[in-house]
Amino acid sequence: MAHAAIIKKEPNTIVIRPTKGWMALNLYDLWLYRELIYFMTWRDLKVRYKQTALGVSWAVIQPFMNMVVFSIFFGGLAHIQTDNGIPYPIFSFVALLPWTLFTNALNNASRSLVNHQNMITKIYFPKLVLPLASVLSGLVDFLIAFVVLIGIALYYNLTGQAHITITAALWTLIPFLLMTMMTALGIALWLSALYVQYRDVGYILPFLSDILKFVSPVVYSTTMIPAKWQMIYALNPMAGVINGFRWAILGTPTGPDTRLIISAVVALVILVSGMIYFRRMERTFADTI
Amino acid sequence: MKPVILVENLGKRYRIGLAPQRYRTLSENISQALSRPFRRAGAMIRRSVGRDVLQPGEEYIWALQDINFEVQHGQVLGIIGRNGAGKSTLLKILSRITEPTTGSVTIRGRVGSLLEVGTGFHPELTGRENIFLNGAILGMRNAEIERKFDEIVAFSEVEQFIDTPVKRYSSGMYLRLAFAVAAHLEPEILVVDEVLAVGDAEFQKKCLGKMGDVAREGRTVLFVSHNMSAVLRLTQESIVLEKGKLVLIAPSSEAVDYYLSAGNSKAGERIWDADEVPTDATPFRPIALRLRDQKGGVVDIIRSVEPFTVEMEYSLSAPLTGLRIGIYLSTARGEYVLTSFDTDDEHHFENHSSRPAGHYVSRCTIPADFLNSGRYTLGVNASSYRVRRYFMDEQVLSFNVNTSGAPGMQWAEPRPGVLRPRLEWKIEPK
Repeated sequence: MAHAAIIKKEPNTIVIRPTKGWMALNLYDLWLYRELIYFMTWRDLKVRYKQTALGVSWAVIQPFMNMVVFSIFFGGLAHIQTDNGIPYPIFSFVALLPWTLFTNALNNASRSLVNHQNMITKIYFPKLVLPLASVLSGLVDFLIAFVVLIGIALYYNLTGQAHITITAALWTLIPFLLMTMMTALGIALWLSALYVQYRDVGYILPFLSDILKFVSPVVYSTTMIPAKWQMIYALNPMAGVINGFRWAILGTPTGPDTRLIISAVVALVILVSGMIYFRRMERTFADTI
Repeated sequence: MKPVILVENLGKRYRIGLAPQRYRTLSENISQALSRPFRRAGAMIRRSVGRDVLQPGEEYIWALQDINFEVQHGQVLGIIGRNGAGKSTLLKILSRITEPTTGSVTIRGRVGSLLEVGTGFHPELTGRENIFLNGAILGMRNAEIERKFDEIVAFSEVEQFIDTPVKRYSSGMYLRLAFAVAAHLEPEILVVDEVLAVGDAEFQKKCLGKMGDVAREGRTVLFVSHNMSAVLRLTQESIVLEKGKLVLIAPSSEAVDYYLSAGNSKAGERIWDADEVPTDATPFRPIALRLRDQKGGVVDIIRSVEPFTVEMEYSLSAPLTGLRIGIYLSTARGEYVLTSFDTDDEHHFENHSSRPAGHYVSRCTIPADFLNSGRYTLGVNASSYRVRRYFMDEQVLSFNVNTSGAPGMQWAEPRPGVLRPRLEWKIEPK
């Protein structure tokens, strides 16, 4: 029912014995614990902005301040060109939406096991619940920041600096959002399982986020990458996501093509391999954490 | 009928000296990670059986070895043993938190384990929110929690504060709420560890009462405790673990007796080996606890009509201020008879509160005509009041009291009561 160690013989009977090798993913087990996923997500949300003066506004301040800083340095001083002459602030904010979701999800999910040591050593449950709930709880922040995007878009439309329209392409944001969470969860599954054993992961995370930010088209446009590197560049799933976001919202010429397929396949590979590795290491979590 | 829990050849091996290897440097990490698949493959080929390959220089310890027992439906089984005997490891395997290294456990029914109360409680959340969260963590369905919510709140006695964040709770309230959620878990098999070792006396009583209810409802319970009176009250049968091995399965009274008189010491004496003393006891180091009769011989049967001496030998590797050595005397059922400290006396308190490093003996004489017949347990405590407790063991050794010659022995009937003093009676016509 739960561990691969547990073999169902008769109803309600479990056999606990040492497991060998790779284990089945057992997604059904996750389904049985869906209420726990819900409660852990809800707890994350409830607790996140407790005892902060600005509360939930942090969900907006984070990407907004990033946008301001990027606009001054990259847009203003470095004169980075945007596609179709879109104003730099909204150009970067559209990228910062999925990026903030990604980086927060990656950080929180990677630390989720170590942050819940107590649960792991005292209670049985599918450990996948912890990183999954951390990723899901980031969605609410994303939605709040998305409302701010609408405000920014209205401002640029009204002042005539840009012409942002609602198109059918907006629906593609949902699969792009899924891809963001898949990638974040996939990397976090690897890192959270490694973190249990090696606390080095705690030091790797901040600069991993930074490095990924610069290999993703957050502050610049994908079109700046030379054509011969485009396919390699597409190996980063977040490149596909951000291009998709800009295409769907701002109409940049970075719509779905082969590069998106590459990004999507990589995202899937990261997620599936992460799950397999996680399941493999799960049985030793309680002993090594 | 098939047993509800069947444990066969169960063993659990832990790596020791793991700490220096555990958090390696980054470069080692990466090179290890990169070479791991190759080493894994090699190891798999070399040994197709067994799951972890012993690497040279690695040491292992068996926390549990060759454990076999079964539990029938509705049975309440006690698990007793000293610290490090493997009790917690056994419970962790039974509740699927950790995997065994060898053997298997077959469990028929839904298991609920309570290795701790309040797991997953978040200080920022209110009592109400924590009930739902903790319930979900313990494996209860949302509907189930909703149904039992009022009952849980009533049991916890924190109605007034149910919408206050638990970080504002007193520790007592926090524990009551945590236990209340756990107590309303209704698995077919309940695994409980030391939950009762926390909280005040009243709370413990309440917990014990609830545990008794659970046992009476015909559910299967596995109960680990250091509290022998709780074990005796709640369980019919117990297993005794010693250094990872199962040494006895017996009716609880017998098992408790065995546990209390076991240890690597002869009767009436307990000698601590260096490796038995927890490192956090330093600078205090217990050496021996002895029971001596009037003539100075080490005994484990005391005549109630003679005084006897409890002798605690210890050393200090550094000077200590405010140190007091205490003894606990309790009945075999776990009820305290008395607690006494070597610096209770004002004179001693002034002269011996600071003790330089060295080797000491603290002796205490228990007067004649004091205890009734029966079995008693002695414990020790070394602490500095409100500063630190260096060492404590409430069950160091046990002894019997023989009342031959005591007042009232002309009647053979047993006398209820812990004490059997020689009291002065006056009989006169009026």
